[in-house]
Amino acid sequence: MDGDGAAVIGSPAAGQEARPTPALRRGGLVWLLWLPPVVFLGLFYFYPLISILQVSLSRAEGFFPWEVLFSSSILRVIGFTFWQAILSTLLTLLAGLPGAYLLARYDFPGKGLFRALTAVPFVLPTLVVAAAFNALLGPRGWLNLGLMALFDLSSPPLTFVNTLAAILVAHVFYNTTIVLRLVGDFWARLDPRLALAARALGATPWQVFRKVTLPLLAPAILAAALLVFIFDFTSFGVILVLGGPRYATLEVEIYNQTTGLFNLPLAAALSIVQLLCTLGLMLVYTRLSEKVTRALTLYPDVLPRKRLRTWRERLAAGFLAGLLSLFLVLPLAGLAARSFTRLEPDRGQAALESGGFTLDFYRALGENPRQSLFYVSPLTSVSISLGYAFATVVLALLLGIPAAWALARGERVKNPLARWLNRSMDPILMLPIGTSAVTLGLGFVIALDQPPLDLRASPLLIPLAHTLVAFPFVVRSLTPAIRSVQPRLRQPAAILGASPGQVIRYVDLPLIGRAFLVAATFAFTISLGEFGATAMLSRPEYPTVPVAIYRFLGRPGGINYGQALALSTILMLVCVIGMLAIERLRVGEVSEF
Amino acid sequence: MYSKISFLLVTFLFLLTACAPAATPTGVVTPEEGDAGTGATPVIRVFTHDSFDVSEEVVNEFQNANNVEVQFLAGGDTGSALNRLILAKDNPPADVFYGVDNTFLGRALAEDIFQPYESPMLAEIPDQFELDPQFRALPVDYGDVCLNYDIQYFTENNLELPASLEDLTLPAYRGLLVVQNPATSSPGLAFLLATIANFGDPGYLDYWADLAANEVKVVSDWETAYYTEFTRWGGAYPLVVSYGSSPPAEVIFAEEPIDAPPTGAIVAEGTCFRQIEFVGILRGAQNVELAQKWVDFMLSTTFQEDMPLKMFVFPVNENARLDETFEKFLAIPDQPAQLDLGLINENRERWIQEWTETVLR
Repeated sequence: MDGDGAAVIGSPAAGQEARPTPALRRGGLVWLLWLPPVVFLGLFYFYPLISILQVSLSRAEGFFPWEVLFSSSILRVIGFTFWQAILSTLLTLLAGLPGAYLLARYDFPGKGLFRALTAVPFVLPTLVVAAAFNALLGPRGWLNLGLMALFDLSSPPLTFVNTLAAILVAHVFYNTTIVLRLVGDFWARLDPRLALAARALGATPWQVFRKVTLPLLAPAILAAALLVFIFDFTSFGVILVLGGPRYATLEVEIYNQTTGLFNLPLAAALSIVQLLCTLGLMLVYTRLSEKVTRALTLYPDVLPRKRLRTWRERLAAGFLAGLLSLFLVLPLAGLAARSFTRLEPDRGQAALESGGFTLDFYRALGENPRQSLFYVSPLTSVSISLGYAFATVVLALLLGIPAAWALARGERVKNPLARWLNRSMDPILMLPIGTSAVTLGLGFVIALDQPPLDLRASPLLIPLAHTLVAFPFVVRSLTPAIRSVQPRLRQPAAILGASPGQVIRYVDLPLIGRAFLVAATFAFTISLGEFGATAMLSRPEYPTVPVAIYRFLGRPGGINYGQALALSTILMLVCVIGMLAIERLRVGEVSEF
Repeated sequence: MYSKISFLLVTFLFLLTACAPAATPTGVVTPEEGDAGTGATPVIRVFTHDSFDVSEEVVNEFQNANNVEVQFLAGGDTGSALNRLILAKDNPPADVFYGVDNTFLGRALAEDIFQPYESPMLAEIPDQFELDPQFRALPVDYGDVCLNYDIQYFTENNLELPASLEDLTLPAYRGLLVVQNPATSSPGLAFLLATIANFGDPGYLDYWADLAANEVKVVSDWETAYYTEFTRWGGAYPLVVSYGSSPPAEVIFAEEPIDAPPTGAIVAEGTCFRQIEFVGILRGAQNVELAQKWVDFMLSTTFQEDMPLKMFVFPVNENARLDETFEKFLAIPDQPAQLDLGLINENRERWIQEWTETVLR
C-alpha cells in the first residue's frame, strides 16, 4: 500500500498505517476464512479440471507434441485473442468511465431504472444480441435502409456482421455494465472533500481528476479492467456468432478441437495455454493492484451525490446518459418492440413501420399445441432461472465474503504461512472465468460421477457451475471496499465495547453494503444469462430461459422466431425487476450519517 | 435496522418457495430415485442431444406398458453429447443414447460405446438405413440437408433455380448462397460431405475455391444463416443450406395460417445430404432388458409417427405414416449424396481442416 510513495493531495491515509486486528495477526482466522472457498474450488474446479486434462492428454499417441502449439495457425489464434481483448477492454473503459462518473456523482430522474437497464445486456444470449444488432445494423437493418434511401444506394453501405467491429461492439455492449458498477459504486463513496480541497488549492478540474480522483479510483478501474479483459479473452459466443468463422479466440479453437475435430490432446494443451495466460494476467494485476491501492475513507453513498443544477450540467449529463442509452438500451428496445410486431407483412425487417401490433408470440408461449414432453410455460422457465440465480447468489456470497475478507484484512498478517495463502489464492480465484467452458464441462462429467458426488443428473450442477463464474466477481467487488474500511473506524467501536458482530453490523456493513449489493447483482445476472454450461448440464424438462430461447431459435418458422423474441423480452424484464429488487434491499445502509 | 433484517428474511423465504419447482420438479424422478434399483419403478435413462423432443402421451404409453420411468438427459449438440459419452464410457451416465447421426456414427463405433442389439423391429426398416452390420447402432430417423431458396426472390428476379451443385459457381448465383462452417455446424458438415460425394477428394477443394470466388457467405451456425442472412428473414442471401423439412416447417410454424410455404427445398440429384440418426444401447447400461424395450419402442410406429412434428425428422419404419402437411409440402430427394461411413470417419477431421484452409484463410 502506498508503495509508489506518490504524494496524494489531501489523502487522509497518507502516513497513516492501518493495523490488522489482533485475531488476524495470529493468522489463524485467515486459514479459517479460506477454508470454504478452497474446499469448493478444489472439489468443483480443480478436481474436474485436472481429471479432464489428464484424460485428454493421455489420449495422445505417445508423448504430446507440444511443438504443435507453436504452429503459425495456433500462434495466430493466440495473437488475435489478445488483440481483440485489449481493444475491447480499452473501448469498454472508454464507454463505461464517463457513465460511472454520472452514476456516482449525480442524481437524476429515472436513475434507478437506467442502472438496472444497463445490466440487461449481461443476461442476453449471444444469438439474441446478434438479432438485436442486426435489426439496427444488419444488411437490411434500419441504419442501412436509411442510408440507402438517403443516398439512393443499391446495396447496403455498412457491413457489420462478421467483422472485427461487430466483435468489439458486442463486447462493449456486454461488459460496460461491469465498469459502471465496479467503478461507479466505488466512485460514489470517495470522499468529495479531497477533490474540493484540491480545487480550493487552485487545481484545475482536469488536474483534480488526474492527480486526485484517478489515483484513488485506480484499484476499482483495475479490477473492472481485469474482469472485462478476462471475459473478452475467453469470449466464445460473440466471436462465433458476430465475428463469424474467420475469427477464432483460444476458447473457440478449444471448442473446435473438442467437438468438431475431437482432438482432445490439443484441446487440453490449448486450455492449459489459456489458463497460463489468465494466471499471468492475474499476477500482473496483483502487482499493479498492490501499487495503487491505499486505505481511504469511504462514505455511504447517500452523502456526496449532486443534483443537476445548471443547464450546462443537465445538458452534459443528458448527453452522456443519452449516448449510453443509445448504445445499450436502443438495441434492447428494438428487440422488445419486434416481439410485439407481426413479422410477416414486410418480411421480417423494418416491420415496425408497417406491421401491426400483436400479442400472438406471447400467447403462443403459453400453449403446447403438440403436447411436447419438454414444454414448459414461460412462468416455469422464469422460476427455474430465478431458482438457479438465487442459489448462485447465495452460494457465491457465502464463498466470496470470507475470501474477500481474508484478502482485504489479512494483508499484513505476520504469520508467513497465512501470508503465503493470501498471496497464492488471490490469482487462483480468478482462474475459473479464464478456463475453457467446454473443457470444464467435460471435466464435470467425468469427475463427478461417483457417489456421493454423482452429480451428473443433478439440478445442483447448474448453480455450482454458475457460482464458479460468479465467485470471482463477488470477490473483486467486495475486496476493494473491505480493504478501504479504515481500521481507525473499527477500533474505537471495539474499544468502546462493541462486540465483533456489532462492529461488523454498524461499522463495516454500512460502508461495504453497497459493494455487497454489487456482488449480488453480478451473481444474479451471471446466472440468469449463462448459456454454455447450462445447455450442457441442464435436464431437458427444466430449461432455463436462455435454453428455452435457443430451442425456439433452432427451428424454422415465424412463430418460433417470434416466441424467441418474446421470451428474450421476458428475460430482460425479469433481469430489470431482479436488479431493482436487489437495489431495494440496501443492505445495512444507513439513512443518516 | 431490524425491519430491514426481517425484510431480508421474508424475501429469502419467498424466494426459497419460488425456487421449489426448480429444486423438486413434479412428475419426473429426482436423481436419487433415478438410480435404478432403489425405487419401486425401474428407471431407464436416455441420453440425447438438445434438439430431442417427444410427446408426453407417447412416453406415457411406454412407461405404463412397461411399468418403468423414462429419464431423459441432454448433453448439448450431437458432437458434444457424443464426446461426453466417449469420455464417460467406463461409467456411462445413461442406458441408451439416441441422436448420433451418420456424420458422427463412425466416431461412436470406433470408440466402441454401444453394445449390439438386433431388434426385431429392424424387419420394418429398409436396408438402406442400416449402416452398422453389427447392430450396435440402429437407425431411427432421417432428414435431408438441402439448399433452401426464397421463392419470392427467385420469382421477382426471374432467376432459374440451380439444378446442381456445379450451378452454384455460375455468375448468376454470385453472392446468393449462405452456408455454415462445417467445424461448428451439423448442416454445414453435411453440406461439405455432399460436395465431397459430388466432386471427390481432393476435387471438392477446387469446387469450394470456385464457390468462395463466387462470394459464398460462411457463418458459424444454422440460426445465423437462416434468421439473419437468408432473405426470407431479412438477410441478403436467397439461398441457404438448411433442411428438406424447413419449407413444411415454415407452414406449420407460420405466424398466421398460410397455404403454401414461402421457401422451397432444392432436391436435384446429389444436392442433398441425408442425415440418419441412430439409437444404441450403451456398454455398461444398468438395465439392458429395458433398454432393448425402449429401442424397440423408438422403432415402432407409435414413436416414429410422433417424430416428424416434434423434431422435423422422418420415420425409417416403412409402416409409419406422415402428417398431411408433410405429404403436401415435403420434398424428398430421390438421390441424396452418399458417403461411406468408414470414409467419413477416417477423413472428417482432415476434410474440415482443408476446407478451413481453402475457404476461410
